Amino acid sequence: MSVHRYPQPSGRSRRLWRFHGGVHLPDRKALSNTRPPLRAELPGRLILPLQQHIGEAAEPLVKAGDRVLKGQLIGRPRSYVSAALHAPTSGRVTAIEDHPVPHPSGLSAPCILIEPDGEERWAELPEPMPDFGTRDPAEIRERIRWAGIVGLGGAAFPASVKLNPGRPIHTLILNGAECEPYITCDDLLMRGRPEAILEGIPILLHLTGAERCLIGIEDNKPEAIRALYEAARGDERIEVVRIPTLYPSGGEKQLIYVLTGKEVPSNGLPADIGMVCHNVGTAAAIADAVLRGRPLISRLVTVTGGGVAQPGNFEALIGTPVADLIRQAGGYTGRGDRLVLGGPMMGFALSDDGIPLHKAGNCLLLPTPEEAPDPGSALACIRCGRCAEACPVNLLPQQLYWFARAKDLDRVQDFNLFDCIECACCAQVCPSHIPLVQYYRYAKTEIWERERERRQAEHARRRHEARQARLERLERERQARLRKKKAALAKPPAKGDDPRKAAIEAAKRRAAEKRAALAAQGKTPRNTENLTPAQRRQVEAAEARRAAAAGSDTQE
Amino acid sequence: MQFKTPAPPHTRLDNDVTRVMAEVLIALVPGIAAMTWYFGWGVPITLLLAITTAVATEALALWLRGRPPKATLMDLSALVTATLFTLTVPPTLPWWLSVLGMVFAIGVVKQLFGGLGYNPFNPAMAAYVFLLISYPVSLTAWPPIQELAPHPLHLMDYLGVIFGGHPPGGLTWDAVTMATPLGEMRTQLGMDHMISEIRQSPLWGDYGGRGWEWIANWYLLGGLWLLFRKAISWRIPASMLGGLLVMAGLFWMMDPESHPFPAFHLFSGGAMLGAFFIATDPVTAATTPKGQLIYGLLIGVLVFVIRTWGGYPDAVAFSVLLMNMAAPTIDQYTRPRVFGTHAREAGHED
Repeated sequence: MSVHRYPQPSGRSRRLWRFHGGVHLPDRKALSNTRPPLRAELPGRLILPLQQHIGEAAEPLVKAGDRVLKGQLIGRPRSYVSAALHAPTSGRVTAIEDHPVPHPSGLSAPCILIEPDGEERWAELPEPMPDFGTRDPAEIRERIRWAGIVGLGGAAFPASVKLNPGRPIHTLILNGAECEPYITCDDLLMRGRPEAILEGIPILLHLTGAERCLIGIEDNKPEAIRALYEAARGDERIEVVRIPTLYPSGGEKQLIYVLTGKEVPSNGLPADIGMVCHNVGTAAAIADAVLRGRPLISRLVTVTGGGVAQPGNFEALIGTPVADLIRQAGGYTGRGDRLVLGGPMMGFALSDDGIPLHKAGNCLLLPTPEEAPDPGSALACIRCGRCAEACPVNLLPQQLYWFARAKDLDRVQDFNLFDCIECACCAQVCPSHIPLVQYYRYAKTEIWERERERRQAEHARRRHEARQARLERLERERQARLRKKKAALAKPPAKGDDPRKAAIEAAKRRAAEKRAALAAQGKTPRNTENLTPAQRRQVEAAEARRAAAAGSDTQE
Repeated sequence: MQFKTPAPPHTRLDNDVTRVMAEVLIALVPGIAAMTWYFGWGVPITLLLAITTAVATEALALWLRGRPPKATLMDLSALVTATLFTLTVPPTLPWWLSVLGMVFAIGVVKQLFGGLGYNPFNPAMAAYVFLLISYPVSLTAWPPIQELAPHPLHLMDYLGVIFGGHPPGGLTWDAVTMATPLGEMRTQLGMDHMISEIRQSPLWGDYGGRGWEWIANWYLLGGLWLLFRKAISWRIPASMLGGLLVMAGLFWMMDPESHPFPAFHLFSGGAMLGAFFIATDPVTAATTPKGQLIYGLLIGVLVFVIRTWGGYPDAVAFSVLLMNMAAPTIDQYTRPRVFGTHAREAGHED
């Protein structure tokens, strides 16, 4: 970790900080960034997962058969950390049912299925807020929340929540690093619509109270740097910063460090050091929502790799099936053997192209076996330590691997597992081809699971203890009553008569009367008469069994 | 359409174990050539014996363990072990000791502990020390470099020595062996001779032992190439040579007549081979950046201590094995500071 000076678009140089490790990767961005984005065709059907974001799933507001208009709210956030969902076009809701969704597990989840009518009729949209500067930040946040905006860089965290840090913020960071190879959607957005990003900045500054905005862009995107630099000229608050291309500069904590030299604390948020970081695409979406009243219904997505015939970028409706996008990118070349959602480093492989594009979907990558060869089965770790050299967080990936493999969940946390950003630098440099990130994800999941079980056990224990306490209290009260009664009885009997004897005599008398009454009706008393309902049920069940047994006997 | 779903990253990986090992072997080629140049046919013969035994032992062990042998044999690590062993032992070593050494290195030190990656000790060094303690005569009987030898050993002589166990026609063992520079230094100093007197011996070259200094130079060249290829990190070689240099320098400055000058230590025995090829064995070394510096430094210091006050003329193998034992502890106490945490947190250092 060190500081150095780096040439900037202004012609001067600027101090930048270098995080530990990182890897240089062939960026392969030229595959898809040579032509402007195309508007994707309206697909035959749209599949909108209710959960496309971090937090709780949206609550559907429509039902099968409903007609919806473009931009109509069809799912509302169920809680604070949740996101709204809108109809990307006009049409008819055909079903709300489980459908495979973009998730590493490959599982299905509830989705709203819409059949577009092709009319593209807009719903009534809320008023634009050109005067946002004079409005209450809470009102603007509500608009962003209504618009269903989540982090478009891939994390999909609800933007309105991130814009309510509850702490003083001095610096807004816009992430235009786009450090993953292949992905160019942010590059093309910055080149094609720099003004939309710059419209978003004053809104974000107003909401967070930050005084300045730094836009970090890796220097393998000179056109994007130039476009934003030109567009931001004259605004003193904004600085477009050219940063060295080094994966993972676009990680939130890494970018903040590169630009400011400040480390976001372990287990902390950027807000802890007075900063908020948003993706450039999110800033543009926020400008659309606040200044034009438009919800998030489409996004730029890169479709690339040697497995597609014409790699490029598409402005596609959320919910468009992946297969449709690939068809519009010229279709499969037949050379791609995996379909990755996201970049090659942090994206996950999909088993099926029937899943829809979701809000966080920045890239569909189909690498050929030459681009991403099958590494074969992993060999034993030779402890070479290259993983530790590559780790941007300065972890010891090799030790984490041993502990994760040994399921030593305490040690693995002691070695800061939860500071791992899963950037896959360690796996990239591992000579034994160990899928290290898989082990870390596994360990994290196990720990969360264990934590959940622990919480449940704790809950059960508390309930048990409460019950125990209640029973003891009842018992004490009963004893107390009994003692009182005894004390009362212990008093000298009223008229020399033994009350117990009298009670026994009375019971005998009652029994004799009952017997006499029964005898008068011609019955003999049976011991099955004063049964509790439970005992009666048992008797009936036994009778039924006996009858059934008898029945089967006769059948034979 | 259906796709396979492998784990990330979805890229061409930068590296593999076979390549790492192949680079080490390539870097050893100049050293092997130099050893052969100075000592003759004994070196390639022993190398061939050692490699054959190592690969055979590894294959057998994998078969016994029910592991697929191909992937492991292809990693070339057995070849590296065999080569390092060969470069450490005298070229006159009887064939059965080479075989025994390799069976011990691969079968016991490596495979019994679980194979590559699981062995706590450097197999080549463990085998060398095992033989040195069990068969000290054979392991210390070095022939002189050919230009100093009154009776240089040729191919047939070597075959006779290695496979027949007897020196060539009519000669005694004493006639074909001679003290190594380190051994000579030790003996002479033990007899209270001054360095300036000892320096008169023909065993001396310009700054190290004659011949040995050039072998060390070629190891150094191979080591620098490994550094350039980033196959090894600079920390262990630099700190080990540094530790040896500082210790030797200190004592030499105090008394230059009873302590040889520092370059002698670096260029006469196994120091250069040890620094770039043996101490850097990733499996058995410390792995944290600071830990590697400590690990290397202590090996360097131990080499000097054992050479000067210990019972053996050279000490690289002992020092490496001793520090192999310390490596896990060093790693434990030299964890780097994780991004976003404070240096003062328990167990972390900057």
